[in-house]
Amino acid sequence: MNIVVLVKQVPDSGSERKLDPADNTVARAAADNVINEMDEYAIEEALTIKEAQGGEVTVLTVGPDSATDAIRKALSMGADKAVHVVDDAIHGSCAVQTSAVIAAALGQMEYDLVMCGAEATDAQLSVMPALLAERLGLPQLSGARKVTIEGGTAKVERQTDGGFWALEAPLPAIISTWDTINEPRYPSFKGIMAAKKKPVETRSLADLGLDAGSVGLASATSKVLDFAGRPPKGEGVKVTDEGDGAQKFVDYLAGQKIV
Amino acid sequence: MPSSSLILSRRDLDFLLNEWLDVESLTKRARFTEHSRETFDAVLDLAEQIATEHFAPHNRKADENEPRMVDGKVQLIPEVAEALTVFAEAGLMAGEFDEEFGGMQLPHVVGQAVFAWFKAANVGTSAYPFLTMGNARLLLAHGSREQIDTYVAPEIEGRWFGTMALSEPQAGSSLSDITTKAVPQDDGTYRLTGNKMWISGGDHELTENIVHLVLAKIPGGPPGVKGISLFIVPKFLVNADGSLGERNDVVLAGLNHKMGYRGTTNTLLNFGEGVHTPGGRAGAVGYLVGEQHRGLTYMFHMMNEARIGVGMGATVLGYTGYLHALEYARTRTQGRPPAGKDPATPMVPIVEHADVRRMLLAAKSYAEGGLALGLYCARLVDEEQTAETADERARAHLLLEMLTPIAKAWPSQWGPVADDLAIQVHGGYGYTRDYPVEQFYRDNRLNPIHEGTQGVQSLDLLGRKVVMQGGAGLALLGETITATTARAAGTQWAGFAADLDAAVARLASVTATLWGAGDPDVTLANSHVYLEAAGHLVVAWLWLEQALAAEAGTTDFHEGKRAAARYFWRWELPRTRAWFDLLESLDRTVLDTRDAWL
Repeated sequence: MNIVVLVKQVPDSGSERKLDPADNTVARAAADNVINEMDEYAIEEALTIKEAQGGEVTVLTVGPDSATDAIRKALSMGADKAVHVVDDAIHGSCAVQTSAVIAAALGQMEYDLVMCGAEATDAQLSVMPALLAERLGLPQLSGARKVTIEGGTAKVERQTDGGFWALEAPLPAIISTWDTINEPRYPSFKGIMAAKKKPVETRSLADLGLDAGSVGLASATSKVLDFAGRPPKGEGVKVTDEGDGAQKFVDYLAGQKIV
Repeated sequence: MPSSSLILSRRDLDFLLNEWLDVESLTKRARFTEHSRETFDAVLDLAEQIATEHFAPHNRKADENEPRMVDGKVQLIPEVAEALTVFAEAGLMAGEFDEEFGGMQLPHVVGQAVFAWFKAANVGTSAYPFLTMGNARLLLAHGSREQIDTYVAPEIEGRWFGTMALSEPQAGSSLSDITTKAVPQDDGTYRLTGNKMWISGGDHELTENIVHLVLAKIPGGPPGVKGISLFIVPKFLVNADGSLGERNDVVLAGLNHKMGYRGTTNTLLNFGEGVHTPGGRAGAVGYLVGEQHRGLTYMFHMMNEARIGVGMGATVLGYTGYLHALEYARTRTQGRPPAGKDPATPMVPIVEHADVRRMLLAAKSYAEGGLALGLYCARLVDEEQTAETADERARAHLLLEMLTPIAKAWPSQWGPVADDLAIQVHGGYGYTRDYPVEQFYRDNRLNPIHEGTQGVQSLDLLGRKVVMQGGAGLALLGETITATTARAAGTQWAGFAADLDAAVARLASVTATLWGAGDPDVTLANSHVYLEAAGHLVVAWLWLEQALAAEAGTTDFHEGKRAAARYFWRWELPRTRAWFDLLESLDRTVLDTRDAWL
């Protein structure tokens, strides 16, 4: 079972994140960049499947040179090798353009299964599995909270608000996972040392047979036109309890549409 | 990016390790060729993540639920075992050990930075691996191959933990007076009887077995410290195939109830009282490490690293207190600046008040200065072991010998002061148990006591280290400091360098005066002040080093380094003048005070 896991490097959702006012793209240079947290669940699931069924786990990322750190994290968790698509022309690409790049990279790889996190914590579009499924003609099993691979079939439980849907599809397929599916392992010290020796291939747009003009901010299908910071915290509301404190509290919560 | 962690500052660790100590250059040495900046960064990331997710969350709970003895067994909150399992499974116990023994051959300086995360996050839980790693290191240095295979491998895997059993109820700092007895047996083993006090990690159910390293006297041996031998006394005897055998005759007699460090069991252990009868009779079975009567030498061989480790613990507890106080000062609003007292204007965060900034700057200079000291000394351990030439290794060894009492004692004195200031910044809230700073203070209060008290360190520095090899250690320290001050010529730090040069000269002259007095009693009665003065001088030097390393930096972080360096120069270094004056006067006040007058 050969599995490709899509990994993205994003600004740490636990620290301050900004857009670059020069072109309204994510300010990556000054950010505390980490592997997209949701991808760690996909890596864990891929490793678990590999450990049970054999095969290889390959990490695929599209991103600047610094995305190597995200690749190393995935390799130190136990993935076998990586492909890194890096090309300055990709900067500012929209999801549609990025999906073309990933699809082209996948077209040069052998896999039975493609896995990814259900969303990236920077843009939170959650569209990549669908875009890739369309481009590659693969079945899409999205939002998995459980994955079972039996022979040539993938079965998942897709998480819903009230429970789950049971889905299945023939392989190869693309599966996206939620953070309810497992508990990602930590890289071990041994894994960190081993990761240094694992192969990481880099690909340019030319290697993938793509025209640089087809990607990047200039020809993006969607752009951020304007943005504003979160308004500063207000003074807060003081409620004096004159025997009706509970009612005032409930009225406040209702006014904020919290209850 | 400003570090968001309140445990430690990764930015500062990166600065000290990379911008100052250039740890990457170590990867050119044979022992570390498998490493790179990437592996150092990755293991530091791993340490921060595990410390944040598994150690810090139960720090308070462990403090509020100290270990209890139930039916003769120690009961701990379950989070301690869970955290230590994650720690061991990640391979962190193995970090610095040789590949041959399952280790990763991480440089000591990086290993100290890695372990700092755990001490800062939860000093009580991290004590178990700290003790186990020290125990394994000692056995690797002095144990037989069979002993290493039997005991060290399970320790590095985290399956067994270790202790250091030195003190007894009547003999703590004075180890020459221990009475635990080890009687040789026909089969080459020994049977031990006696009591050991203050044994951290002395009993628990965290691991399958506990490997006690016990100091004891063999009857008929020389008196005093020259008659002390070192023994392995496992809680469970180990069969030839490595499986656990009979229960050994070492039992938990009681738990000590402490001010801090409450997550660490601290025990009174009884050896050989016949509660268990291995081989059908009373007496704890022990195995001699190395040769008879050399136990204290073996123990002290590991002392430099152990003392640096304790100093690092004191530093990082002060560090986490400082970070908590800084966050509090940035969010707590109170009062208005002197120039804008209009009550209609909003109150300002307390960090806007100069006196709060004074406290934060002082705490920063102690915490970051202590961290620089600990990592510098850890780097010397790497130099001592892996520098290219014998001369370089010998110089590193000599400088390390000289600095070790300072690396232990200075952070143990000033780390708690950083926590004291952190409480002060919090005001009344800091004095409540609703905020964590009071726990950091209580935890840190142990550090001036264990692993050689401040008094013991001061006697080691003035009584032994500055006079060893005809004063070569002191001379080398002076040379090393003046090499730094020479680099400061022509920079904005020239004035700092000149003051440091003067202090170095003063240290040399005061040392000569003290030892020229012809009365060791009066000399050593002033040893604590000497330790304080030498410690402040050394940390001032390391602040100049940091200022020079930060010289080209333009970020707020680098400005912060410069501000703290200036603070230490202008506010702290001058204290040494009063201390040197007192020392130079060969003051007899302490010496001549009689018991009855106190």
